[in-house]
Amino acid sequence: MAQQIVNGIFAGSIYALFAVGYTLVFGILDILNLAHQAVFMMAAFAALQAVLKWKWNFGPALLFATAIAGVLGILIYYIAYRPLRRRPDTYFSTLISTIAFAAILEALALRWYGARTSRFPLNTFPDHTFHIGSAAFTLLQAVIVAGALVLTLGLQALVRYTRLGKAMRAVAENERAARVLGIDVERVVLVSFAISSALGGIAGVMYGLVYNSVAPGMGHAVELKGLSVIVLGGMGSIPGAVLGGFLLGLVEVASVAQLGSNTRDAVAFIVLFAILLLRPRGLFGRRLVREV
Amino acid sequence: MKNIRTVALRTAALGAIVIALAACGSNNNKTANNANKPASAAATQAAPATAASATRAATPAAATTSAAAASAAAATPSGPAKTVKIGAAFSLTGAAAQYGATQKNGAQLAVDEINASNYVPGVKIDLIVDDDASAKDQAINVFQQFINSDKVAAILGPTLSNSALAADPIAQQAKVPVLGVSNTGEGITTIGDYIFRDSLAEADVVPQTVQVSLQKLNYKTAAVMYANDDAFSKAGYNAFKGALDKNNVKIVDTETFSTNDKDFSAQLTNVKNAKPDVIVVSALLDPAVGIATQARKLGLTQPIIGGNGFNSPAFIKNAGDAAEGVIVGAAWNSASDNPLSKKFIQAYQAKYGSPPDQFAAQAYTGVYILAEAMKLANSTDREGIRSGLLKIKDFPTVLGTFNFTPGRDAQHQAVIQIVKNGQFVPLQ
Repeated sequence: MAQQIVNGIFAGSIYALFAVGYTLVFGILDILNLAHQAVFMMAAFAALQAVLKWKWNFGPALLFATAIAGVLGILIYYIAYRPLRRRPDTYFSTLISTIAFAAILEALALRWYGARTSRFPLNTFPDHTFHIGSAAFTLLQAVIVAGALVLTLGLQALVRYTRLGKAMRAVAENERAARVLGIDVERVVLVSFAISSALGGIAGVMYGLVYNSVAPGMGHAVELKGLSVIVLGGMGSIPGAVLGGFLLGLVEVASVAQLGSNTRDAVAFIVLFAILLLRPRGLFGRRLVREV
Repeated sequence: MKNIRTVALRTAALGAIVIALAACGSNNNKTANNANKPASAAATQAAPATAASATRAATPAAATTSAAAASAAAATPSGPAKTVKIGAAFSLTGAAAQYGATQKNGAQLAVDEINASNYVPGVKIDLIVDDDASAKDQAINVFQQFINSDKVAAILGPTLSNSALAADPIAQQAKVPVLGVSNTGEGITTIGDYIFRDSLAEADVVPQTVQVSLQKLNYKTAAVMYANDDAFSKAGYNAFKGALDKNNVKIVDTETFSTNDKDFSAQLTNVKNAKPDVIVVSALLDPAVGIATQARKLGLTQPIIGGNGFNSPAFIKNAGDAAEGVIVGAAWNSASDNPLSKKFIQAYQAKYGSPPDQFAAQAYTGVYILAEAMKLANSTDREGIRSGLLKIKDFPTVLGTFNFTPGRDAQHQAVIQIVKNGQFVPLQ
């Protein structure tokens, strides 16, 4: 039992890290960036490239991959988002353009690395296992859970207490008013895309490393989960996404352990559906009063 | 207030729909990718056209995939050699790409040897390799291409049992003999009387694996794990369950997973709580690696006994230390003292610079079996090859002395091996 909870927390921390980036862009712009999963995948490949081909240590490789992910976020902003920004019905057109962006990145990864699963060398991260009671977990897993918590708390602090965070919230509340107040809206949106993608990239590297498997389609496994996590947590809410991630991880592990592997995805989406029906705002959803 | 909420919900719902659509789209992309796949596909398209127009001169061979085949053809300049086309559907991309690559090498090596040595007098084999992408639909496309446009005399493959179950009926209907060189699942050769295989089924290897490992380890209980969305893994599970029951080994836990899963911690934790003497796993390579490494990280120390999916040097390479002590039954082992096998390893190593695996050995054997069938039947057409295959008896191959069972399945001795110091060695 203790071990299953550890398993769930651990799977949840990756969902949380992935979903936090997803929800940041959603919270500010009310658009879903469906290229997020491709950034997740490309960052894993960037880290793999650094470790495998250039023989870097894992630390610098992670930084490099995070930077690549951030740059991809900026590209998404310039290519897939900004040109469509002033058009009517941005919601739909940006969904399509970000999917196109994701497809392009996947095609590039296929071209460079092929469809088969690539792997990190076995000694990329120090292999050490801890035992607490009957539960076992590795150093890497501990680092990932701690990292996810630190990063999401950091992001929450940034949004809450910094000037940039205030600007982000202002844009989220009312873009036009923010502009009138002299906030550089374009820059705020650009930075949000970069931060969001960098977080997604870190999640990708962690996922690729801990399951030792990097493939062009790896993002598909998490993108729908990520979507259900942000709905579960309350769309646009950062603490909600974190809690939603951990909850989904636990629910998934519990369903696999108790009901069998066939129910893994079914349970995730039943949860999504139930939340949509019963509590459309999600667990931590904003009170949507800003237009009243 | 209502406005924003509905917008948010609408966006989320749209997102879900669009992702679902994209998922469908990506399947199509896969097929499209393969259609565009530059080198080999284009070459195989070009080959038949040239052959038709050049009235069987020595040149068409040059259009085939391998330069080696061309030089072999050039070495025997005169003599109007008859060319017989063999289609090979191997998984060069997708989940089984690891297997497909060595299959292609093994088959090509055999073709080069056969053409150079004039093994079937006056006949040159033209091997057309195409990618089945580890996917059913693509295997069907490739089979149709082979049968209707390339007009091949026989087909090798496809790599996965799953694909074979989908594609073999097409060949059966068109009366084209198929020789599976890696299918180990159930219900393959029962598709029809044109379907053969030279790969020992899991049902043949697994009882031997259980018996030999039982003698060595003397276990009483086992936990069984298998992928329940894959024909090969399920067949392996049925075989293991049957053999374990027969030997009075108690199955204390059964866990399932999906072939595409990456996280097996929930299942392995259940296994850990059940405290079995051994862990039996029926899985393809990728999940096999994941299970072995995650089991060791969770502190499971029991021996792991695996099905054919574990039987690849790639398993040892990818699982590292976690591979040590894993027991696998196999149709072929590189440590075999069969002289044909030694010769094959040498030739393969010389040509490709890496050691062959079982999949290469079976594909290599498959081409020789087809050639032997042509020789026995003294014919190179579809019917002739089929009747020749039925005549094969005690044929010496890399896999050992080879026969077909009355059900057109493979029959030869299996080897039970264990991973020691990063290598498969016979468990003795």
